[in-house]
Amino acid sequence: MQRHPRLVIWLPALLLLTLLAFGVSLALGSTSLSLHQLWDALGGGGDVLSRTVVLDLRLPRSVSAFAVGGLLALAGTLMQVLLRNPLADPYILGVSGGAAVGALGAFLLGLAGIWVNGGAFLGALLSTLLVFALAHGRGGWTPTRLLLTGIAVAAGWGAVISLLLVLGSDASLHSMIFWLMGDFSYQSSGSLALVVLVLGLAGCWPFARQLNVLARGETLAEALGIAVRPLSIAIYVAASLFTAVAVTEAGAIGFVGLVVPHMFRMLAGGDHRRLLPGAVLLGGCLLMLADTLARTVAEPRQLPVGVVTAAMGVPLFLYLLNRARGPL
Amino acid sequence: MSAPLLETRALSVEIAGKAVCRDLDLSLEPGRCVGLLGGNGVGKTTLLHTLAGLRAPLSGHVLLDGVPLASQPRRRVAQRLGLLMQQPEDSLPATVLETALIGRHPHLDFWRWESHRDVAIARRALRNVGLEGLEQRVQTALSGGERRRLDIATVLVQDPQLFLLDEPAHQLDLQHQMALLGQIKGLAGNQGRAVLMSLHDINLAARFCDSVLMLFGGGEALFGASDGVLNAENLSRLYHTPVTVLPWQGGRVFVAGA
Repeated sequence: MQRHPRLVIWLPALLLLTLLAFGVSLALGSTSLSLHQLWDALGGGGDVLSRTVVLDLRLPRSVSAFAVGGLLALAGTLMQVLLRNPLADPYILGVSGGAAVGALGAFLLGLAGIWVNGGAFLGALLSTLLVFALAHGRGGWTPTRLLLTGIAVAAGWGAVISLLLVLGSDASLHSMIFWLMGDFSYQSSGSLALVVLVLGLAGCWPFARQLNVLARGETLAEALGIAVRPLSIAIYVAASLFTAVAVTEAGAIGFVGLVVPHMFRMLAGGDHRRLLPGAVLLGGCLLMLADTLARTVAEPRQLPVGVVTAAMGVPLFLYLLNRARGPL
Repeated sequence: MSAPLLETRALSVEIAGKAVCRDLDLSLEPGRCVGLLGGNGVGKTTLLHTLAGLRAPLSGHVLLDGVPLASQPRRRVAQRLGLLMQQPEDSLPATVLETALIGRHPHLDFWRWESHRDVAIARRALRNVGLEGLEQRVQTALSGGERRRLDIATVLVQDPQLFLLDEPAHQLDLQHQMALLGQIKGLAGNQGRAVLMSLHDINLAARFCDSVLMLFGGGEALFGASDGVLNAENLSRLYHTPVTVLPWQGGRVFVAGA
């Protein structure tokens, strides 16, 4: 009778998938570990090499990939409700463009590490404020106006990015291109992104029923007693913050934020009380697995993770889309 | 007579510099089923949205249960007053049942999920509009008329005292026009509810509404019992086209043309 599987089925399934993805991501790499070795290393035992590899190198990177995937999926879900547009993704309001300009600017100045992250975060915030202020305009704040402003601002950032790439030295060009395609090799602990993800999900989830109503339309939501304007502004601020943190952590990784919410909707329906945690887990797993592939498939070379998310995500998404019954 | 659910005091509404109504004093008591008639673009939707508290009037007041609408919390208003919009705006997919359940929103506390009782209410409403068996269908896959019935079901699920319905008969076939408007009229007679609905079919208004509010444009409005107000002279002026009234089986039918 139910079109979608019940909570008791999909939630444990997704949690199991998350555990598996963590296991695969920690075990695979230049030195592959058996399940037994992995277990020992996680418990603080085993030999020093595998302990270092797992705890110091792979765990932070896996956590970082999971958190970024979760943040992008969460931001994408929120943006799709805010704009009531299934094509919306975390970058649709120009956040990634602003972040890219900040990060590439730092590369161009010969800076690295924290400066790149700081530049990306500042750029993302600047872009968010710019789009918000411009979209407000004279006529008020409609999804269409916001969308068009975001697209225009993103196009502007695109021009600046091209300019920075042309101006960049050969040495910095490689880093710049990797950054643009999304990359986890600038090591961070991932803990900040994970904290933002957990707090963000916990903060958004209580409003999931309001999101369900808002997804049915602004006027209807207002008529059903929802304070649409404050809710919209809160969604905008939250989604922008999540995207900014994700972009700062790993560069502009495409596709996850757009596709993961749709994947979950096709699997388990559009109720945001399930969609928010479900998309977070699914997005996290997907990106963690993609990153594992990115660093193992062409060893010793590392591929940009954005290439792998597209290579994995495009066929998977097209398959689900093709399989889905009825119009979306 | 019992206290009115909805009152307007010297209400003036404008849209884009055009007057919809001026100094309108209206009072809608429980049990009333009122038709809202007027030509295209005269401001029927604007007036309904103003009465629902979704837009501010130019001047005057709207009172719900004797209290100014603007001073009441939105959620409380949504528990008492339901609005059927002319067009659905949604673009994200949801099932028919999920869409109808949205109507329970104002009745649920912040942390509550829809209970079995809420689901039963939604299923009953879907049955009442003839959508039984389509509960798990995606709402964007429905035909125009089915979609209209789903929107009507959603406002039935909301279960307000006052129904403001923007063209409930739009896109419905004859069978469902009769069945649903009959139900809506029945609502008004039941447990002190009231209905105000815009209609384009004078014959439906004459059959189902006890009184009629006409908007002539330029701010002029006329309110009165259907029997008295629905005459050839008023209707010809309302629609800028001759309307003939013919006696038929003890009632009247309205035909366009002289």
